[in-house]
Amino acid sequence: MERVPVSEGLFELNDAGEGHLIGARCGACGRWHFPASADCPYCAGEQCQARPLSTQGTLCLFTTVTNRPPGYEGEVPFGFGVIELAEGLRVITRLSATDAERLRFGMPMRLEFVRLHVDGDGREVVTYSFAPAEASR
Amino acid sequence: MTVAVEIAGVGLHPFGRFAEKSVTALGVAAVRAALREAGSGPQGFQAAYCGTVYSGVAAGHKVLSALGATGMPIVNVEAGCASGGAALGLGVEAIRSGRCDTVLVFGIEKMPRGIIRSSFFEPWREAAGLAVTPAYFALRAQRLMRDSDVTAEQLAYVSVKNHRNGVHNPYAMFRKEFSLDAVLGSPIVCPPLRLYMLCSPNEGAAAVVLRRVAGERPRRVFVRAAALRSHLPGNVLGEHTPMSGLTDDSMPAPSELAARAAYEEAGVAPEDLDLAEVQDTDSARELLSCEELGLCAKGEAGRMIAERRTDMGGPRPVNPSGGLLSKGEPLGASALGQIVELYWQLRGDAGPRQVPGAKVALGHTVGRGANASVVILSL
Repeated sequence: MERVPVSEGLFELNDAGEGHLIGARCGACGRWHFPASADCPYCAGEQCQARPLSTQGTLCLFTTVTNRPPGYEGEVPFGFGVIELAEGLRVITRLSATDAERLRFGMPMRLEFVRLHVDGDGREVVTYSFAPAEASR
Repeated sequence: MTVAVEIAGVGLHPFGRFAEKSVTALGVAAVRAALREAGSGPQGFQAAYCGTVYSGVAAGHKVLSALGATGMPIVNVEAGCASGGAALGLGVEAIRSGRCDTVLVFGIEKMPRGIIRSSFFEPWREAAGLAVTPAYFALRAQRLMRDSDVTAEQLAYVSVKNHRNGVHNPYAMFRKEFSLDAVLGSPIVCPPLRLYMLCSPNEGAAAVVLRRVAGERPRRVFVRAAALRSHLPGNVLGEHTPMSGLTDDSMPAPSELAARAAYEEAGVAPEDLDLAEVQDTDSARELLSCEELGLCAKGEAGRMIAERRTDMGGPRPVNPSGGLLSKGEPLGASALGQIVELYWQLRGDAGPRQVPGAKVALGHTVGRGANASVVILSL
Protein backbone atom coordinates (compact mmCIF):
# COMPACT_ATOMS: atom_id res chain seq x y z
CA MET A 1 0.00 0.00 0.00
CA GLU A 2 1.26 3.47 -0.87
CA ARG A 3 2.25 5.54 2.17
CA VAL A 4 1.87 9.29 2.51
CA PRO A 5 2.96 11.56 5.36
CA VAL A 6 0.18 13.26 7.31
CA SER A 7 1.84 16.53 6.29
CA GLU A 8 4.77 17.30 3.98
CA GLY A 9 7.98 18.58 5.52
CA LEU A 10 7.58 17.09 9.01
CA PHE A 11 9.80 14.05 8.48
CA GLU A 12 11.70 11.96 5.95
CA LEU A 13 10.86 8.29 5.74
CA ASN A 14 12.37 5.64 3.43
CA ASP A 15 10.80 2.45 2.10
CA ALA A 16 12.42 0.43 4.89
CA GLY A 17 10.41 2.44 7.41
CA GLU A 18 13.45 4.35 8.69
CA GLY A 19 13.49 8.08 8.94
CA HIS A 20 13.87 11.21 11.02
CA LEU A 21 12.04 14.37 11.95
CA ILE A 22 13.10 17.53 10.13
CA GLY A 23 13.94 20.35 12.51
CA ALA A 24 15.82 23.55 11.83
CA ARG A 25 18.68 25.36 13.52
CA CYS A 26 18.89 29.14 13.55
CA GLY A 27 22.10 30.58 12.09
CA ALA A 28 21.77 33.63 14.35
CA CYS A 29 20.91 32.25 17.82
CA GLY A 30 21.86 28.61 17.29
CA ARG A 31 18.63 27.24 18.72
CA TRP A 32 16.55 24.45 17.20
CA HIS A 33 12.85 24.34 16.39
CA PHE A 34 10.34 21.87 14.92
CA PRO A 35 8.62 21.78 12.44
CA ALA A 36 11.26 23.47 10.30
CA SER A 37 10.76 27.03 9.17
CA ALA A 38 13.13 29.53 7.56
CA ASP A 39 12.12 32.03 10.26
CA CYS A 40 13.42 31.51 13.78
CA PRO A 41 10.50 31.39 16.27
CA TYR A 42 12.81 32.58 19.07
CA CYS A 43 14.82 35.48 17.60
CA ALA A 44 13.22 36.22 14.17
CA GLY A 45 16.46 35.16 12.48
CA GLU A 46 15.96 34.50 8.77
CA GLN A 47 18.63 31.88 8.20
CA CYS A 48 17.40 28.69 9.75
CA GLN A 49 18.74 25.52 8.16
CA ALA A 50 16.60 22.43 7.98
CA ARG A 51 18.41 19.42 9.51
CA PRO A 52 17.54 15.92 10.72
CA LEU A 53 16.69 15.72 14.42
CA SER A 54 17.90 12.99 16.76
CA THR A 55 15.85 9.82 16.53
CA GLN A 56 16.46 9.07 20.21
CA GLY A 57 15.31 11.11 23.18
CA THR A 58 14.03 10.91 26.73
CA LEU A 59 10.47 10.98 28.00
CA CYS A 60 9.47 14.18 29.87
CA LEU A 61 5.70 13.86 30.30
CA PHE A 62 3.02 11.46 29.08
CA THR A 63 -0.71 10.81 29.02
CA THR A 64 -3.22 8.80 27.01
CA VAL A 65 -5.97 10.04 24.72
CA THR A 66 -8.98 7.80 25.36
CA ASN A 67 -11.74 9.50 23.35
CA ARG A 68 -11.57 10.14 19.61
CA PRO A 69 -10.85 13.87 19.16
CA PRO A 70 -12.47 15.94 16.40
CA GLY A 71 -10.85 15.55 12.96
CA TYR A 72 -9.06 12.32 13.94
CA GLU A 73 -9.81 9.05 12.12
CA GLY A 74 -7.22 6.78 13.73
CA GLU A 75 -7.51 4.36 16.61
CA VAL A 76 -7.92 5.23 20.28
CA PRO A 77 -6.47 5.02 22.83
CA PHE A 78 -3.11 6.44 21.87
CA GLY A 79 -0.27 7.93 23.89
CA PHE A 80 0.63 11.61 23.93
CA GLY A 81 3.59 13.32 25.52
CA VAL A 82 6.74 15.38 25.42
CA ILE A 83 10.14 14.02 24.33
CA GLU A 84 13.38 15.83 25.05
CA LEU A 85 16.04 15.69 22.32
CA ALA A 86 19.78 16.33 22.57
CA GLU A 87 19.31 19.46 20.43
CA GLY A 88 17.83 21.24 23.46
CA LEU A 89 14.39 20.79 22.00
CA ARG A 90 11.22 19.33 23.49
CA VAL A 91 8.80 17.85 20.97
CA ILE A 92 5.08 17.27 21.47
CA THR A 93 4.33 13.86 20.01
CA ARG A 94 2.18 10.77 19.93
CA LEU A 95 3.54 7.91 22.00
CA SER A 96 3.26 4.34 20.80
CA ALA A 97 2.82 3.00 24.34
CA THR A 98 -0.61 3.66 25.84
CA ASP A 99 0.02 1.65 28.99
CA ALA A 100 1.23 4.25 31.49
CA GLU A 101 2.66 1.43 33.66
CA ARG A 102 5.37 0.93 31.04
CA LEU A 103 6.36 4.59 30.97
CA ARG A 104 8.50 6.55 33.42
CA PHE A 105 10.02 10.00 33.54
CA GLY A 106 13.35 10.18 31.73
CA MET A 107 13.17 6.79 30.03
CA PRO A 108 14.93 6.46 26.64
CA MET A 109 12.58 6.70 23.67
CA ARG A 110 13.07 6.22 19.94
CA LEU A 111 11.33 7.63 16.90
CA GLU A 112 9.05 5.44 14.84
CA PHE A 113 6.35 5.90 12.26
CA VAL A 114 2.78 4.75 12.67
CA ARG A 115 -0.29 4.40 10.48
CA LEU A 116 -3.14 6.81 11.23
CA HIS A 117 -5.79 5.79 8.70
CA VAL A 118 -6.31 4.97 5.02
CA ASP A 119 -7.28 8.01 2.97
CA GLY A 120 -9.90 8.31 0.22
CA ASP A 121 -7.33 7.28 -2.43
CA GLY A 122 -6.49 4.05 -0.59
CA ARG A 123 -3.18 5.35 0.72
CA GLU A 124 -1.84 4.73 4.21
CA VAL A 125 -1.45 8.04 6.06
CA VAL A 126 1.50 7.90 8.47
CA THR A 127 2.85 10.14 11.20
CA TYR A 128 5.68 10.19 13.72
CA SER A 129 5.54 8.70 17.18
CA PHE A 130 7.96 7.77 19.96
CA ALA A 131 8.19 4.35 21.62
CA PRO A 132 10.25 3.04 24.58
CA ALA A 133 13.73 2.44 23.15
CA GLU A 134 14.18 -1.05 24.59
CA ALA A 135 10.86 -2.38 23.33
CA SER A 136 11.96 -3.67 19.92
CA ARG A 137 15.69 -4.00 20.42
CA MET B 1 -2.51 61.56 38.19
CA THR B 2 -3.98 58.24 37.14
CA VAL B 3 -7.68 58.30 36.36
CA ALA B 4 -9.55 55.97 38.73
CA VAL B 5 -11.96 53.52 37.05
CA GLU B 6 -14.94 51.95 38.79
CA ILE B 7 -17.48 49.29 37.92
CA ALA B 8 -20.80 51.11 37.65
CA GLY B 9 -22.99 48.13 36.87
CA VAL B 10 -22.91 44.44 36.00
CA GLY B 11 -25.11 41.89 34.27
CA LEU B 12 -24.89 38.12 33.95
CA HIS B 13 -26.85 35.63 31.90
CA PRO B 14 -26.62 32.20 33.58
CA PHE B 15 -24.00 29.83 32.13
CA GLY B 16 -25.50 26.63 30.74
CA ARG B 17 -27.20 25.31 27.61
CA PHE B 18 -29.99 27.38 26.06
CA ALA B 19 -31.01 25.76 22.79
CA GLU B 20 -33.89 28.20 22.28
CA LYS B 21 -31.78 31.36 22.64
CA SER B 22 -29.37 32.98 20.18
CA VAL B 23 -25.99 34.23 21.33
CA THR B 24 -27.33 37.72 20.62
CA ALA B 25 -30.22 37.16 23.05
CA LEU B 26 -27.80 36.00 25.77
CA GLY B 27 -25.79 39.18 25.26
CA VAL B 28 -28.85 41.42 25.29
CA ALA B 29 -29.90 40.05 28.70
CA ALA B 30 -26.48 40.68 30.28
CA VAL B 31 -25.97 44.12 28.70
CA ARG B 32 -29.48 45.26 29.63
CA ALA B 33 -28.89 44.36 33.30
CA ALA B 34 -25.50 46.09 33.42
CA LEU B 35 -26.81 49.29 31.83
CA ARG B 36 -29.79 49.28 34.19
CA GLU B 37 -27.61 49.06 37.31
CA ALA B 38 -25.29 51.77 35.95
CA GLY B 39 -28.27 54.02 35.25
CA SER B 40 -27.05 54.23 31.69
CA GLY B 41 -29.21 54.48 28.56
CA PRO B 42 -28.36 52.88 25.21
CA GLN B 43 -26.33 55.97 24.28
CA GLY B 44 -24.78 56.33 27.72
CA PHE B 45 -21.32 55.03 26.85
CA GLN B 46 -18.67 56.16 24.37
CA ALA B 47 -17.14 52.80 23.44
CA ALA B 48 -17.99 49.12 23.65
CA TYR B 49 -15.74 46.04 23.67
CA CYS B 50 -17.17 42.56 23.18
CA GLY B 51 -15.19 39.43 24.01
CA THR B 52 -16.11 36.35 22.01
CA VAL B 53 -14.41 33.49 20.18
CA TYR B 54 -17.06 31.42 18.38
CA SER B 55 -19.80 34.00 17.67
CA GLY B 56 -18.76 35.01 14.14
CA VAL B 57 -18.77 38.33 12.35
CA ALA B 58 -19.73 41.52 14.21
CA ALA B 59 -21.19 39.57 17.13
CA GLY B 60 -21.01 42.48 19.56
CA HIS B 61 -22.58 44.81 17.02
CA LYS B 62 -25.56 42.47 16.74
CA VAL B 63 -26.15 42.59 20.50
CA LEU B 64 -25.97 46.38 20.65
CA SER B 65 -28.05 46.80 17.48
CA ALA B 66 -30.87 44.97 19.24
CA LEU B 67 -30.80 47.66 21.94
CA GLY B 68 -30.34 50.77 19.80
CA ALA B 69 -26.97 51.13 21.47
CA THR B 70 -24.85 51.87 18.41
CA GLY B 71 -22.97 54.76 16.84
CA MET B 72 -20.00 54.58 19.19
CA PRO B 73 -16.97 52.41 18.36
CA ILE B 74 -17.73 48.73 18.96
CA VAL B 75 -14.76 46.39 18.94
CA ASN B 76 -14.99 42.60 19.02
CA VAL B 77 -12.10 41.05 20.91
CA GLU B 78 -10.83 37.48 20.55
CA ALA B 79 -8.24 36.38 23.09
CA GLY B 80 -9.29 32.77 23.74
CA CYS B 81 -10.30 32.05 27.32
CA ALA B 82 -9.05 35.52 28.27
CA SER B 83 -11.24 37.38 25.73
CA GLY B 84 -13.32 39.11 28.41
CA GLY B 85 -10.21 40.13 30.33
CA ALA B 86 -8.69 41.55 27.17
CA ALA B 87 -11.89 43.49 26.46
CA LEU B 88 -11.91 44.82 30.04
CA GLY B 89 -8.31 46.00 29.70
CA LEU B 90 -9.17 47.92 26.53
CA GLY B 91 -12.13 49.52 28.30
CA VAL B 92 -10.02 50.59 31.27
CA GLU B 93 -7.43 52.11 28.93
CA ALA B 94 -10.13 54.03 27.03
CA ILE B 95 -11.17 55.70 30.29
CA ARG B 96 -7.68 56.23 31.67
CA SER B 97 -6.65 57.93 28.43
CA GLY B 98 -9.39 60.50 28.94
CA ARG B 99 -11.08 59.49 25.68
CA CYS B 100 -14.17 58.05 27.39
CA ASP B 101 -16.08 58.56 30.63
CA THR B 102 -18.16 55.41 30.38
CA VAL B 103 -17.41 52.16 28.53
CA LEU B 104 -19.45 49.00 28.08
CA VAL B 105 -17.53 45.72 28.19
CA PHE B 106 -19.31 42.43 27.60
CA GLY B 107 -18.64 38.82 26.63
CA ILE B 108 -20.89 36.34 24.84
CA GLU B 109 -20.58 32.71 23.76
CA LYS B 110 -22.38 29.61 22.58
CA MET B 111 -19.79 26.83 22.55
CA PRO B 112 -19.95 23.67 20.45
CA ARG B 113 -20.36 20.50 22.53
CA GLY B 114 -17.58 18.14 23.56
CA ILE B 115 -13.83 18.58 23.06
CA ILE B 116 -13.41 22.10 21.74
CA ARG B 117 -12.63 22.09 18.01
CA SER B 118 -10.49 25.06 17.17
CA SER B 119 -9.51 26.62 13.84
CA PHE B 120 -6.21 27.18 15.64
CA PHE B 121 -5.15 23.67 14.63
CA GLU B 122 -4.27 22.81 11.05
CA PRO B 123 -6.32 19.84 9.74
CA TRP B 124 -3.24 17.59 9.66
CA ARG B 125 -2.66 18.18 13.37
CA GLU B 126 -6.19 17.00 14.05
CA ALA B 127 -5.60 13.97 11.78
CA ALA B 128 -2.37 13.13 13.62
CA GLY B 129 -4.07 13.25 17.03
CA LEU B 130 -2.01 16.27 18.10
CA ALA B 131 -4.94 18.68 18.53
CA VAL B 132 -6.34 17.28 21.77
CA THR B 133 -6.84 20.12 24.25
CA PRO B 134 -7.45 17.93 27.36
CA ALA B 135 -4.24 16.01 26.59
CA TYR B 136 -2.27 19.23 26.92
CA PHE B 137 -4.14 19.86 30.19
CA ALA B 138 -3.14 16.37 31.32
CA LEU B 139 0.56 16.94 30.64
CA ARG B 140 0.48 20.10 32.75
CA ALA B 141 -1.38 18.17 35.44
CA GLN B 142 1.22 15.41 35.43
CA ARG B 143 4.03 17.96 35.69
CA LEU B 144 2.26 19.67 38.62
CA MET B 145 1.79 16.34 40.44
CA ARG B 146 5.49 15.60 39.98
CA ASP B 147 6.83 19.05 40.90
CA SER B 148 4.39 20.06 43.65
CA ASP B 149 3.66 16.71 45.31
CA VAL B 150 0.00 16.83 44.34
CA THR B 151 -1.91 13.55 44.72
CA ALA B 152 -4.83 12.26 42.65
CA GLU B 153 -7.04 12.74 45.74
CA GLN B 154 -6.00 16.40 45.94
CA LEU B 155 -6.77 16.92 42.26
CA ALA B 156 -10.19 15.41 42.89
CA TYR B 157 -10.67 17.57 45.96
CA VAL B 158 -10.41 20.76 43.88
CA SER B 159 -13.44 19.56 41.96
CA VAL B 160 -15.26 18.60 45.18
CA LYS B 161 -14.56 22.05 46.64
CA ASN B 162 -15.68 23.98 43.57
CA HIS B 163 -18.86 21.96 43.12
CA ARG B 164 -19.65 22.47 46.80
CA ASN B 165 -19.34 26.23 46.24
CA GLY B 166 -21.30 26.09 42.99
CA VAL B 167 -24.39 24.69 44.73
CA HIS B 168 -25.00 28.24 45.97
CA ASN B 169 -24.58 29.92 42.58
CA PRO B 170 -27.83 30.38 40.65
CA TYR B 171 -25.81 31.31 37.54
CA ALA B 172 -23.87 28.00 37.47
CA MET B 173 -24.60 25.11 35.11
CA PHE B 174 -23.94 22.33 37.64
CA ARG B 175 -25.36 22.96 41.12
CA LYS B 176 -24.67 19.63 42.69
CA GLU B 177 -22.11 18.32 45.16
CA PHE B 178 -19.79 15.52 44.13
CA SER B 179 -18.04 13.21 46.60
CA LEU B 180 -14.33 12.51 46.36
CA ASP B 181 -15.18 8.93 45.40
CA ALA B 182 -17.51 10.12 42.64
CA VAL B 183 -14.79 12.32 41.13
CA LEU B 184 -12.13 9.59 41.46
CA GLY B 185 -14.57 7.06 40.02
CA SER B 186 -15.56 9.16 36.98
CA PRO B 187 -14.24 8.01 33.60
CA ILE B 188 -10.61 8.70 32.68
CA VAL B 189 -10.36 11.29 29.88
CA CYS B 190 -6.57 11.76 29.72
CA PRO B 191 -4.75 10.47 32.81
CA PRO B 192 -4.45 11.86 35.44
CA LEU B 193 -7.58 13.84 34.49
CA ARG B 194 -11.01 12.30 34.90
CA LEU B 195 -14.34 13.55 33.55
CA TYR B 196 -15.42 15.32 36.75
CA MET B 197 -12.08 17.12 36.92
CA LEU B 198 -12.76 18.90 33.61
CA CYS B 199 -15.02 21.86 32.98
CA SER B 200 -17.70 21.78 30.33
CA PRO B 201 -17.79 24.24 27.42
CA ASN B 202 -21.20 25.94 27.37
CA GLU B 203 -23.13 29.19 26.77
CA GLY B 204 -23.56 32.45 28.60
CA ALA B 205 -22.98 36.19 28.69
CA ALA B 206 -21.61 38.77 31.11
CA ALA B 207 -21.45 42.57 30.99
CA VAL B 208 -19.73 45.30 32.96
CA VAL B 209 -20.14 49.08 32.72
CA LEU B 210 -16.89 50.91 33.50
CA ARG B 211 -16.91 54.55 34.52
CA ARG B 212 -14.42 57.25 35.39
CA VAL B 213 -14.77 57.82 39.11
CA ALA B 214 -16.66 61.00 40.00
CA GLY B 215 -18.70 62.02 43.05
CA GLU B 216 -19.59 59.79 45.98
CA ARG B 217 -20.86 56.24 45.85
CA PRO B 218 -21.03 53.77 48.72
CA ARG B 219 -19.13 50.45 48.38
CA ARG B 220 -17.51 51.63 45.16
CA VAL B 221 -15.55 48.87 43.36
CA PHE B 222 -12.38 50.06 41.65
CA VAL B 223 -10.62 48.31 38.77
CA ARG B 224 -7.06 48.47 39.99
CA ALA B 225 -5.43 46.50 37.18
CA ALA B 226 -6.34 44.61 34.02
CA ALA B 227 -3.24 42.99 32.55
CA LEU B 228 -3.00 40.75 29.50
CA ARG B 229 0.06 38.78 28.45
CA SER B 230 0.95 36.07 25.92
CA HIS B 231 3.51 33.25 25.98
CA LEU B 232 7.27 33.64 25.75
CA PRO B 233 8.90 32.02 22.72
CA GLY B 234 9.89 28.38 23.28
CA ASN B 235 7.57 27.59 26.22
CA VAL B 236 6.62 24.02 25.32
CA LEU B 237 3.66 23.62 27.68
CA GLY B 238 2.39 27.18 27.24
CA GLU B 239 -1.30 27.46 26.44
CA HIS B 240 -0.40 28.30 22.83
CA THR B 241 -0.19 24.50 22.33
CA PRO B 242 3.00 24.51 20.25
CA MET B 243 4.53 21.44 18.58
CA SER B 244 7.90 21.97 20.20
CA GLY B 245 9.77 24.21 22.61
CA LEU B 246 13.06 24.72 24.36
CA THR B 247 14.59 22.73 27.21
CA ASP B 248 14.15 25.53 29.73
CA ASP B 249 12.19 25.04 32.94
CA SER B 250 12.79 28.57 34.21
CA MET B 251 10.63 30.25 31.59
CA PRO B 252 7.71 32.14 33.20
CA ALA B 253 4.24 31.11 32.02
CA PRO B 254 1.81 33.66 30.48
CA SER B 255 -0.16 33.81 33.76
CA GLU B 256 2.98 34.65 35.72
CA LEU B 257 3.75 37.48 33.32
CA ALA B 258 0.21 38.84 33.58
CA ALA B 259 0.18 38.49 37.37
CA ARG B 260 3.43 40.40 37.79
CA ALA B 261 2.12 43.21 35.59
CA ALA B 262 -1.22 43.35 37.41
CA TYR B 263 0.28 43.37 40.92
CA GLU B 264 2.59 46.19 39.88
CA GLU B 265 -0.20 48.15 38.20
CA ALA B 266 -2.45 47.78 41.26
CA GLY B 267 0.23 48.24 43.90
CA VAL B 268 -1.08 45.05 45.49
CA ALA B 269 0.73 41.90 46.65
CA PRO B 270 -0.75 38.38 46.60
CA GLU B 271 -0.95 38.49 50.42
CA ASP B 272 -3.38 41.43 50.16
CA LEU B 273 -6.01 39.38 48.30
CA ASP B 274 -9.12 38.26 50.17
CA LEU B 275 -10.33 35.93 47.42
CA ALA B 276 -9.68 34.94 43.83
CA GLU B 277 -11.58 33.54 40.88
CA VAL B 278 -9.02 31.61 38.82
CA GLN B 279 -8.97 29.50 35.67
CA ASP B 280 -10.05 25.96 36.58
CA THR B 281 -10.72 24.44 33.16
CA ASP B 282 -9.41 21.35 34.89
CA SER B 283 -8.77 20.78 38.57
CA ALA B 284 -4.97 20.79 38.14
CA ARG B 285 -5.24 24.10 36.32
CA GLU B 286 -6.67 25.73 39.47
CA LEU B 287 -3.67 24.58 41.52
CA LEU B 288 -1.21 25.62 38.82
CA SER B 289 -2.99 28.99 38.58
CA CYS B 290 -2.56 29.47 42.34
CA GLU B 291 1.18 28.89 42.01
CA GLU B 292 1.49 31.11 38.95
CA LEU B 293 -0.45 33.91 40.65
CA GLY B 294 1.62 33.69 43.83
CA LEU B 295 -1.34 32.56 45.96
CA CYS B 296 1.04 29.90 47.22
CA ALA B 297 4.75 29.32 46.66
CA LYS B 298 6.02 27.30 43.70
CA GLY B 299 5.83 23.62 44.52
CA GLU B 300 3.41 24.26 47.38
CA ALA B 301 0.07 23.64 45.68
CA GLY B 302 -0.26 20.17 47.20
CA ARG B 303 0.22 21.50 50.70
CA MET B 304 -2.10 24.45 50.05
CA ILE B 305 -4.98 22.20 49.05
CA ALA B 306 -4.20 19.65 51.80
CA GLU B 307 -4.47 22.43 54.38
CA ARG B 308 -7.76 23.58 52.81
CA ARG B 309 -6.42 27.12 52.50
CA THR B 310 -8.60 27.85 49.44
CA ASP B 311 -11.87 26.53 50.90
CA MET B 312 -14.73 28.84 51.84
CA GLY B 313 -13.89 29.79 55.42
CA GLY B 314 -10.17 29.35 54.74
CA PRO B 315 -7.69 32.23 54.72
CA ARG B 316 -8.18 32.96 51.01
CA PRO B 317 -11.04 31.25 49.21
CA VAL B 318 -10.48 30.40 45.54
CA ASN B 319 -13.45 30.14 43.18
CA PRO B 320 -16.28 30.84 45.65
CA SER B 321 -18.56 31.01 42.57
CA GLY B 322 -17.89 27.30 41.99
CA GLY B 323 -15.40 28.14 39.24
CA LEU B 324 -15.64 27.01 35.67
CA LEU B 325 -15.97 23.43 36.95
CA SER B 326 -19.44 24.38 38.25
CA LYS B 327 -20.36 27.22 35.91
CA GLY B 328 -19.03 25.75 32.66
CA GLU B 329 -16.92 27.79 30.27
CA PRO B 330 -18.43 30.09 27.65
CA LEU B 331 -15.04 31.37 26.40
CA GLY B 332 -15.92 34.99 25.63
CA ALA B 333 -18.03 35.40 28.78
CA SER B 334 -16.04 33.47 31.38
CA ALA B 335 -13.53 36.18 32.37
CA LEU B 336 -16.24 38.82 32.78
CA GLY B 337 -18.36 36.29 34.65
CA GLN B 338 -15.54 36.26 37.22
CA ILE B 339 -15.56 40.07 37.35
CA VAL B 340 -19.31 40.14 37.99
CA GLU B 341 -18.87 37.60 40.82
CA LEU B 342 -16.00 39.57 42.36
CA TYR B 343 -17.99 42.82 42.13
CA TRP B 344 -20.83 41.17 44.08
CA GLN B 345 -18.33 39.78 46.60
CA LEU B 346 -16.70 43.17 47.21
CA ARG B 347 -20.08 44.87 47.57
CA GLY B 348 -21.25 42.22 50.02
CA ASP B 349 -23.99 41.06 47.65
CA ALA B 350 -22.84 37.46 47.09
CA GLY B 351 -25.44 35.92 49.41
CA PRO B 352 -24.58 32.37 50.56
CA ARG B 353 -21.29 32.57 48.61
CA GLN B 354 -20.14 35.70 50.42
CA VAL B 355 -16.52 35.87 51.60
CA PRO B 356 -16.94 38.03 54.72
CA GLY B 357 -15.22 41.40 54.65
CA ALA B 358 -13.70 40.98 51.18
CA LYS B 359 -11.85 44.13 50.09
CA VAL B 360 -9.35 43.05 47.42
CA ALA B 361 -10.00 40.37 44.79
CA LEU B 362 -8.34 38.87 41.74
CA GLY B 363 -9.75 37.35 38.55
CA HIS B 364 -7.63 35.15 36.27
CA THR B 365 -8.15 33.45 32.94
CA VAL B 366 -5.67 31.77 30.60
CA GLY B 367 -5.98 29.86 27.37
CA ARG B 368 -5.41 29.57 23.67
CA GLY B 369 -3.20 32.13 22.05
CA ALA B 370 -1.63 32.00 24.54
CA ASN B 371 -3.54 34.69 26.40
CA ALA B 372 -3.48 35.23 30.14
CA SER B 373 -5.50 37.92 31.86
CA VAL B 374 -5.24 39.06 35.48
CA VAL B 375 -7.71 41.63 36.84
CA ILE B 376 -7.51 43.13 40.33
CA LEU B 377 -10.52 44.82 41.92
CA SER B 378 -10.78 46.53 45.30
CA LEU B 379 -13.15 48.54 47.41
